[in-house]
Amino acid sequence: MIAESGHYALVLALGLTLIQSTLPVLGARWRDPTLMNVARSTALAQLLFVAFSFAALVTLHVTSDFSVVNVFENSHSLKPLIYKVTGVWGNHEGSMLLWVLILALFGGLVAAFGNNLPLSLRAHVLAVQAWIASAFYLFILITSNPFLRIANPPIEGRDLNPVLQDIGLAVHPPMLYLGYVGFSISFSFAVAALLEGRIDAAWARWVRPWTLMAWIFLTLGIAMGSYWAYYELGWGGWWFWDPVENASLMPWLAGTALLHSAVVMEKRNALKVWTILLSILAFSLSLLGTFLVRSGVLTSVHAFATDPTRGVFILLILCIFIGGSLTLYAWRAPALKQGGLFAPISREGALVLNNLFLTTACTTVFIGTLYPLALEVLTGDKISVGAPFFNLTFAPLFVPLMVAVPFGPLLAWKRGDLLGAAQRLTAAGVASLIAVAVLWAWTRGGSAFAPLAIGLAIFVIAGALSDLAERTGLFRVPSATAMRRARGLPRSTWGTVFAHAGVGVALIGIVCETTWNSEYIGTMKPDDIAKVAGYELKLDGLTQRQGPNFREMLAQFTVSLDGKRLSAMAPSKRNFTTRGSSTTEAALLTLGASQLYISLGDATADGAIAVRIYHKPLVLLIWFGPILMAFGGVLSLSDRRLRVGAPKPAKAMRGLQAAE
Amino acid sequence: MRKLIVIFFVLTVAFAASAARAVQPDEIMSDPVKESRARDLSRELRCMVCQNQSIDDSEAPLARDLRLLVRERIAAGDSDAQVIDFLVARYGEFVLLKPRLERHTLLLWLLPPLALAGGGLALWMHSRRRAKSAAAEDLSSSKLTAEEEARLERLIAGEPAPEKPL
Repeated sequence: MIAESGHYALVLALGLTLIQSTLPVLGARWRDPTLMNVARSTALAQLLFVAFSFAALVTLHVTSDFSVVNVFENSHSLKPLIYKVTGVWGNHEGSMLLWVLILALFGGLVAAFGNNLPLSLRAHVLAVQAWIASAFYLFILITSNPFLRIANPPIEGRDLNPVLQDIGLAVHPPMLYLGYVGFSISFSFAVAALLEGRIDAAWARWVRPWTLMAWIFLTLGIAMGSYWAYYELGWGGWWFWDPVENASLMPWLAGTALLHSAVVMEKRNALKVWTILLSILAFSLSLLGTFLVRSGVLTSVHAFATDPTRGVFILLILCIFIGGSLTLYAWRAPALKQGGLFAPISREGALVLNNLFLTTACTTVFIGTLYPLALEVLTGDKISVGAPFFNLTFAPLFVPLMVAVPFGPLLAWKRGDLLGAAQRLTAAGVASLIAVAVLWAWTRGGSAFAPLAIGLAIFVIAGALSDLAERTGLFRVPSATAMRRARGLPRSTWGTVFAHAGVGVALIGIVCETTWNSEYIGTMKPDDIAKVAGYELKLDGLTQRQGPNFREMLAQFTVSLDGKRLSAMAPSKRNFTTRGSSTTEAALLTLGASQLYISLGDATADGAIAVRIYHKPLVLLIWFGPILMAFGGVLSLSDRRLRVGAPKPAKAMRGLQAAE
Repeated sequence: MRKLIVIFFVLTVAFAASAARAVQPDEIMSDPVKESRARDLSRELRCMVCQNQSIDDSEAPLARDLRLLVRERIAAGDSDAQVIDFLVARYGEFVLLKPRLERHTLLLWLLPPLALAGGGLALWMHSRRRAKSAAAEDLSSSKLTAEEEARLERLIAGEPAPEKPL
């Protein structure tokens, strides 16, 4: 009954999106406010029905109703409650339902809080959202229905993949989807602007908060996924240049470029056409990511060819939306008016440079990810493109970008003074040179790369702080005045400072982890001592333990430094009986921003166990960086100028707006 | 990298996880210099039955065989290039995580720098064209419509006075 009503609610949501796809567009054409307002109510109702449908699936999972295929294949009655809930999106069908739920959520937010938008723009935006939604509802209902029943229900389920039975599954996919799908709003705004044939600075102001919100979630989602892979996979890697990671990195790069170009558009009414294109690209890359991951094309081109229903369906959605929006762009964009002029050396110029490097970086990831697929389809040749390729092509693009980052905020709009900006960055430059010199002396004989890279990171961080000092007059005026000015600064300025500093912080973490990582690989017996980076790790003993749906072997370690006991660590290996598979639960000990990392291998016949121990210096900075970036995003989102365009009851004026 | 895929996008693909991971203690060479060469080479080589995983990271039996093979060749006195050539001759180019620059990988290697150069060139030409036509362009044509003017006035009127420092 619950499954059927969930299914039915999904069909009704599809019906509503069909109305939402058409009537508001007609309304905008005929200038009929009633029809245009249909978009609002259908978007909210649609959200209600998808939410109901999703809640139905959650209920089925929580109550372990194994008469539903999806629950049977991905759940187990003994599974802890949290994994019963998160297991809902731990599989293809459920995760697609989460995808459309989030899509409907964003549509609902525009409907609920978009009162300030011109009526026809809102109608168009919501109609475009509905076009996307109806395609994905059809996809779910036709190829990936999560509510299918089994004729003869089994007593027990097959359990969720053990790797996914982790708190990471509760956070990472929803975050990532909020980011991915969030870009649909800027996409819809872009398509709506092209349909209306008008775009102005106000448009950028409406789009920016949505883009920023999606970007914040995507940043956190990627960082979270990276940390999850780091502690769960057991060899301490945090980025693998895997196609699925690249699929999330591409929209992030395009989205970051979009955030910056939207600033230019909002402040100076320039780069309009480019901003529209980036809005389209950011979401197109999200769709591409969905296709890459959902179609199975990554596993093998041949597997894709043997069972192509889902893949072909998503490919079709991809072609229609990307092809359609780009065609519309090619047709309508030339008619859009170009905005304000600027000299190459100016704030706008710096942001254009940022866009050039970010989009090239995005292109590089795109080519590296899709080239092997294309080559295999076209010629049958199989090649691999992995981390060494990306390290060689992607990383160099970030060097000039990061050198330029501190200059951007210090240049004036329209026409900037590069020499003046350089003078104001003297302190940052000196700090960075000192860092390089100190590190060089300290790591004598080591590679020159690490000190230089860290120097660059220090330059970015110090540059962000210089910008702040410059704006508040710190060290030039009494500190009380500087404090007062600091409080008076727009939040978006603070946001820029935090986000840019975050980039530098992440770079320090990346360089330290890759350069000064030390490891110990060996077999240990109880009472053996391993020495890593000055720390002594003693294996006290091995114990067996029974968990809710697994058995685990626990290894007890004592960590000491210079004979003084610091802490205990207990890595384990879990065996999940239902799936007959096992996971390694690494033990992590945080020491400042560095970490000790132990993961277990196989036990040998004579009571010893294979152990890998890593010391990862400053590794946590890799994720602190993105957290700082996201925090900067939140500050910027709370900026007054974005709130001005925020929800305000404007009912009395609606008739007036509709006359547009 | 199958597990990573699962983690990253929650795929449905079932897989057999094994806890034995990457380099095993019994594989390590006694000479630390040779061992570190072996590790560096392993990072450039693909475990062919895995998804985009180097043999240094992979737990698959094939990866172990390849790791041992790499160490065998190094112990036999091969240079890094000779080890790579040996493996490519045996397993094809698919084993390399960084493809060689050849005719069929030309675009792969050239497109990123071309994108940068092309983008830069397009920007330069665009800014020159804009600068030329700037004089001719009538900027007053981008005025607000009457409705927008009214709306702007409402917004200004409805706005609180500029915030005083707290």
